[in-house]
Amino acid sequence: MKQELFTIIKNEKIAKDIYLMVLSSDTSDITRPDQFVNIKLEGQYLRRPISICDYDENTLTLIYKVVGVGTEKMSSYEPGKELDILIALGNGFDTEKSGTSPLLIGGGVGVPPMFNLCKKLISEGKNPTVILGFNSREDVFFEEEFKKLGANVLVTTADGTYGIRGFVTDAMKDISYDYFFTCGPEPMFRAIERVAQTSGQYSFEERMGCGFGACMGCSCKTKYGNKRICKDGPVLLREEIIW
Amino acid sequence: MVNTKVNLSGITIDNPIIPASGTFGFGYEFAELYDINCLGTFSFKGTTKDPRFGNPTPRIAECPMGMINSVGLQNPGVEAVKAIELPKLKEVFHKPVMANVSGFSIDEYTYTCEALDNEPQIGWFEVNVSCPNVHGGGMSFGTSPESAAEVTRAVKKVTTKPVFIKLSPNVTDIVSIAKACEDAGADGISLINTLLGMRIDLKTKKCVIANKMGGFSGPAIFPVAVRMVYQVYEAVKIPIIGMGGVSSAEDVIEMMLAGATAVQIGAANLVDPFASRDIVNNLPQTMEKYGIKDLNDIIGGAH
Repeated sequence: MKQELFTIIKNEKIAKDIYLMVLSSDTSDITRPDQFVNIKLEGQYLRRPISICDYDENTLTLIYKVVGVGTEKMSSYEPGKELDILIALGNGFDTEKSGTSPLLIGGGVGVPPMFNLCKKLISEGKNPTVILGFNSREDVFFEEEFKKLGANVLVTTADGTYGIRGFVTDAMKDISYDYFFTCGPEPMFRAIERVAQTSGQYSFEERMGCGFGACMGCSCKTKYGNKRICKDGPVLLREEIIW
Repeated sequence: MVNTKVNLSGITIDNPIIPASGTFGFGYEFAELYDINCLGTFSFKGTTKDPRFGNPTPRIAECPMGMINSVGLQNPGVEAVKAIELPKLKEVFHKPVMANVSGFSIDEYTYTCEALDNEPQIGWFEVNVSCPNVHGGGMSFGTSPESAAEVTRAVKKVTTKPVFIKLSPNVTDIVSIAKACEDAGADGISLINTLLGMRIDLKTKKCVIANKMGGFSGPAIFPVAVRMVYQVYEAVKIPIIGMGGVSSAEDVIEMMLAGATAVQIGAANLVDPFASRDIVNNLPQTMEKYGIKDLNDIIGGAH
């Protein structure tokens, strides 16, 4: 982990309450998909943890949802502004455990970290299927971007206004896969846990103090002892999770 | 050249900067980021007799100029601290460390302190009689002069190292409690612990923290801490470690003028992992700016 000043290159709305921010600086600390950054915002005491959607050597792409005062402030930032960022935090997804036909399931604001994961899996010669779950048509984002990577993409909306009507688990029924990766809200995780046929990895969210393992604010119990979502997670293996 | 060395109960530390318990773990998260030997010392994660998971999550809430935590003394227990944490710490920190100890009965306090007393890495004890996070726990000891004195006496009986009692600000008269600890044999006083606080989420209309209440820390509480250090300094002769929202070298000087011999840095470490190192680095030039040659000259200087 290091502390780095990033400059905003782009910050634009891509769906209802969803913004895409591209920043420039050194990203060499990132080692795995689904690591996150912790961003200092003016006037806010605690940093805001945001998962990494994508990156190359010197640009970082984040997709975030406006859920409160901090992220609302973020959405108003103009290109050129500098942000104090801690990068890269958390363990991230371990693609070495994946089979050749992994299933990626992103729900809402859990979609972004699936993007770099999908890219990485394809570069490793795997053949991923991606399910993107949203509430409604106006919430949908990044369907085309995933398709451009060459993945097989399915979109579900809870109200049926776009793609498959229902939840991600409705789309899972007809897909064959040998491993899964998921990020999204916990009710979605519980639904996946009931139907999933293989091993997999879940990326969790929790209110954090520091984001780098010092404060024990985001601890959880696992079958193999207590873990900190920020440092030992956010990714936990299906086998270790206590539901 | 300015002098930043201070003497804390017989041990000279290079500077008075001490990361506070609960914000610095057992040091290694920070040792990955910088050489933590630049610090005066640090107070390690509050340790209890038995391992504790702590409170349910969410444990963290943001506040204007601060945060609330309700971690609930998560720690691996004293045996694991001795067997695992201290040997690991030895690799990265070569100065005496401050052992922060909590308990839920007098016996637990004495058990944990006695178990740690012969560890050569430990320079001081800091006995937390004030953690507001645990139902019926530390809180009750720190809220009356009698029970705070009882813990002090019991711990002093089983230890050979200096004992600082860390007090809660959630009391009507902190001076009488500090005085009672001094009379019971305490070697020093640490203050303040966090203030009890609460946040409510307007969307869910429920408390943000699972345990409802938690400890409020950060720059917002700094004036409260300065005031209490000032009051306690007038009443006791033993050294005071001042803490509560300290975030800069200026804050350190202010705390020392109020009466602190050393100063702890808490929440600042969590929002800026380099905060304690930066304060150590900024201290000499800040002293020069205010015409201070020796920190020892300013302890209690505002009185």
